[in-house]
Amino acid sequence: MTPSWVQLAYLAAALCFVLALKGLSTPRFARAGNLIGAAGMALAVVTAFVHGAVHNGLLIAVAVVLGVVVGVPAARNVKMTAIPQMVALFNGVGGAAAALVALAEFLTVHEGDVLFRIATVLTVLIGSVSFSGSLLTFAKLQELMTTRPVILPAGRIVSIGVAALSGLLAVAVFVSSSGALLIALAVAGLLLGVVFVLPVGGADVPIAISLLNAFTGLAVAASGYVLANTLLIVAGTLVGASGTLLTRMMAQAMGRSLANILFGAFTATVAQAQSGEQRTVRSGTVEDVAILLGYAHSVVVVPGYGLAVAQAQHAARELVQLLEARGIAVSYGIHPVAGRMPGHMNVLLAEADVPYEQLKELDDVNPGMTSIDVAVVVGANDVVNPGARDEPGSPIYGMPIFDVDRARAVVFMKRSMRPGFAGIDNTLLYNPKTTLLFGDAKDSLTKLLAAVKAL
Amino acid sequence: MIDLLTIFVLAVFVGFEVVSKVSTILHTPLMSGANAIHGVILVGAILITGKADTTVELVLGLAAVFLATVNVVGGFVVTDRMLEMFKGHKR
Repeated sequence: MTPSWVQLAYLAAALCFVLALKGLSTPRFARAGNLIGAAGMALAVVTAFVHGAVHNGLLIAVAVVLGVVVGVPAARNVKMTAIPQMVALFNGVGGAAAALVALAEFLTVHEGDVLFRIATVLTVLIGSVSFSGSLLTFAKLQELMTTRPVILPAGRIVSIGVAALSGLLAVAVFVSSSGALLIALAVAGLLLGVVFVLPVGGADVPIAISLLNAFTGLAVAASGYVLANTLLIVAGTLVGASGTLLTRMMAQAMGRSLANILFGAFTATVAQAQSGEQRTVRSGTVEDVAILLGYAHSVVVVPGYGLAVAQAQHAARELVQLLEARGIAVSYGIHPVAGRMPGHMNVLLAEADVPYEQLKELDDVNPGMTSIDVAVVVGANDVVNPGARDEPGSPIYGMPIFDVDRARAVVFMKRSMRPGFAGIDNTLLYNPKTTLLFGDAKDSLTKLLAAVKAL
Repeated sequence: MIDLLTIFVLAVFVGFEVVSKVSTILHTPLMSGANAIHGVILVGAILITGKADTTVELVLGLAAVFLATVNVVGGFVVTDRMLEMFKGHKR
């Protein structure tokens, strides 16, 4: 039986986790919340070590040190633009750890009561799905592979087949308590994670990460039943529940249902094979754009991932300050999913010291859009694509967008004519009100800055 | 067994409750923070390795300890870095 002092320490740690999540939901206490969570974790780990590491203490310590040596520099050095894939990676290893724990316990105990067997099966299956799924989302975001939905030939049958196989193996393990079958189940889970994430396309990947995060939480909770450990149950469940809710909120921010995101690629009738006719675009010079901006009264800047990869946040801020000095009203329009993850753009702009008050959300900007003189789109694409509003056949139909096409003029800074992350053509590019400025975002902004100064 | 179920159900509600009013700006840090918290599987990994007596268990356990540690420290550090960006010019 677990001694009371250990139980109490676990209870304190669980409380810390609740406070951490609570703190992370409010801007003022977010950082403190994270630290409280870390403190709770430290308490839990030290307690587990003192109480549980009867054997192999040294080896465990070495493994922990190795983990720190790998984890801390990875988290310290990752670029802010690459945060989403880093989170995916950390999530994946967590899932793998849960699966390994259940596997190890099962191989020792061999058989147990009904609850133990159900919990083992769930931990191994969900943990494996989370691991392979997260690695795949990492590959997608890192652009190691295509960001578009991948639909295997007979993809639906393969998916259903793998899911059925996993279900069958789960039942078989439950009935037989066979270690070999449990390993087979883990492999099936890995496959399931792959077929689950493959069809999820581009802009929806962050939502898949959030869902897999919730999955890992559930796997950890299930492992709590395997080990009869209340802390694992509480913490895992907290993450599972809050993660599920968070996933739903993200999906809502994009105006999509979860089912549509996960399985949309299977059902979407490819309405994309539309007119291949040549449409004309109008590209302008830096000087044209400088005049347009310099004599405007109101400007809204819509930044996207392109701004972030070009490290153009500072240049954008300087341009905005210059325009303000000329008496022009300027604000930033921040789409909830600008960047690669909800809230990602806020992080990136905060890094460039953009004042918080200038960041406006969709509902603040859109109603006044018709009175905006110039909307400047910097490295964004999908979040200003009118197709999401007007074309029911578009894969992003229903996602709220900035109605920049309703502004008096649009300046679209783009590297090339390549479509955005979601891989969809943007009719805004062909709008007669749109002036295109090709080139690297930082480069263009710097030149623009000089041109406006010269006015 | 019923005790454990009770804990589970209560934790579900607490989990829903604590994040119900989060603003969009904090979605990413919150996800990352939650990600760090499920690294608590490290506790399970330590307990399992601490009582391992076959090589297979030991290897599986140590691998789990290593992976879970990466999850924990990486998760908290990355979240802190993100939140660091927000401070400074709020007041």
